[in-house]
Amino acid sequence: MSDDVVKIRWHGRGGQGAITAAKIVANAAFECGYNGVVMTPTFGTERRGAPVLTSLKISRNKIYDLSPITEPDMIVVLDHLLLEEPGVTNGLKSDGMIIVNSPRTPADHAVNGIKIATADVTSIAVEAGLKQGIVNSGIIGAFARASGLIELDILLRKIKEEFRDKKPSENAEAARLTFSKTDMGGR
Amino acid sequence: MHIIESGNVAAATGVKLARTEVIAAYPITPQTPLTEKLSELVDSGKMKAEYIPVESEHSALAVCIAASSAGSRTFTATSANGLLYMSEQIHWAAGARLPIVMCVVNRGIGAPWTVWNDHQDSISQRDTGWIQLYACDHQQIIDTVIQAFHIAETVRIPVMVCYDGYLLSHTYMPFEIPEQNAVDAFLPKFTPSYFLDPKNPANLNTVTLPDIRLDVRGNMAPGYMEIRHNLHSDMRRTISVVEEVDQKYQQAIGRGGNPLIEKYQCDDADFIAVCLGSLSYQLRDVVDTLRREGLKTGVAGIRLYRPFPDKTIASEFANAKGLIVFEKALSYGNQGALYADIKSALYRNDNRPFVHNYILGLGGREIKTLDLINAFRTSCTDFRKIGDDPQWIGLKL
Repeated sequence: MSDDVVKIRWHGRGGQGAITAAKIVANAAFECGYNGVVMTPTFGTERRGAPVLTSLKISRNKIYDLSPITEPDMIVVLDHLLLEEPGVTNGLKSDGMIIVNSPRTPADHAVNGIKIATADVTSIAVEAGLKQGIVNSGIIGAFARASGLIELDILLRKIKEEFRDKKPSENAEAARLTFSKTDMGGR
Repeated sequence: MHIIESGNVAAATGVKLARTEVIAAYPITPQTPLTEKLSELVDSGKMKAEYIPVESEHSALAVCIAASSAGSRTFTATSANGLLYMSEQIHWAAGARLPIVMCVVNRGIGAPWTVWNDHQDSISQRDTGWIQLYACDHQQIIDTVIQAFHIAETVRIPVMVCYDGYLLSHTYMPFEIPEQNAVDAFLPKFTPSYFLDPKNPANLNTVTLPDIRLDVRGNMAPGYMEIRHNLHSDMRRTISVVEEVDQKYQQAIGRGGNPLIEKYQCDDADFIAVCLGSLSYQLRDVVDTLRREGLKTGVAGIRLYRPFPDKTIASEFANAKGLIVFEKALSYGNQGALYADIKSALYRNDNRPFVHNYILGLGGREIKTLDLINAFRTSCTDFRKIGDDPQWIGLKL
């Protein structure tokens, strides 16, 4: 099995743009030299507000296995209330990490010693000039800070490209601000 | 240039690069984003084609039949029950020898309703006289769509380009888009030797009597049986045409190879998994795992399913101890269609490997890599335990 594949599961609510966020990260990862990038939205019950998830696999080599992620290395959560939903943290590796949009601290969310990074993306995005509730650009900044996988500059450029008709600078600023304000729980 | 996009966008991009002139399609999940993308491209003027919206799949293919008869390069796409709603026209397009290209975004068939992936839709149409090509990733989708027009127009037989619903259609991965001028050099303008022309009226595909007879010009015209024989012999000839077109594509675009069967670790393999579509790529990781356990395994993805490259299969797998056919379709009351085809192809060999049949992933049932490893391993180590009946993977009874 390809051990070098980083598996990231994104959880959000329908309309929050989790798929767009994962797509931006996929594009940035490819540009950073990850030749294997596979992003698989899970379909079936897409309704506004309902929990949705998407899988992102990143590897230096081409990825051949398209099967769903069962044991993620990272879980990115766009709404901290989703952490209370059954199944959101299922399968997370013992040395894995949760990156969550939350006004609270990692210590508040602590479960079984799992690494948690938090950022109040909802507030930071407003500070960056976005409408209340736009969190999918900001969460990318938290992901970049917590994962260390992808250079922030490339992510910011990909955010501007994706949102070229929808406040590109503000969306990039939300990610940049979130990057600097992500709470890694004292690590 | 590489982009990261969905498999449906890869297909639409191939259709655009092929300078398709007429598109008629009716949306059905998971094909819908493909036709939406094409209608956007035509509407914005980025693609110079006639996009004809229709009220059903039957009409979609009827429009394509008319447009192709008039000499246009023509494309449609569908899935599952949409494909079945076309069925009469599917047979017609092949009998009329029209080089239409159609993407079949593979989905299970209702009842009960499912929108998720298996191969029952295209497999159920394998005997219609269409060429069937299967793609394993987005690069193969775009490359195969472009090649499909060349193949279709060379042999005047329509082509289905089949790829897995959701697994490929809605998944994002990187792929390279060929340059337009390279595609133009590979695929010249469609110039059929005959086509419907108001200046030169003709009846096409009229009632054909059981026996041959003189036509209006006094020439001996073929009967129904001769016409059908010619379709079959041209289908057989298509196997080498697919290889030639792939070589030409390699020269023009710089990518290709293995147009009939795509093999991984097969050269010294005792046990070879055989399947269609993206599953063959998932099985590569399985092969790596089993090889680390000391089992000499390999996997072969069948890229060309109709015409069936039976002689290639018989020679390629002559030295294997066992072939294990993993299938997302079933000939109900018998066995997997590919399984039966593989056994039939091997019958000509003196030393025949054992052949096993696993049915899996119907209606989008998750195919777990661990389940594949266990089934494949059992077939290698305990092969006498498994008979001729299909074995089911992931069944929860």
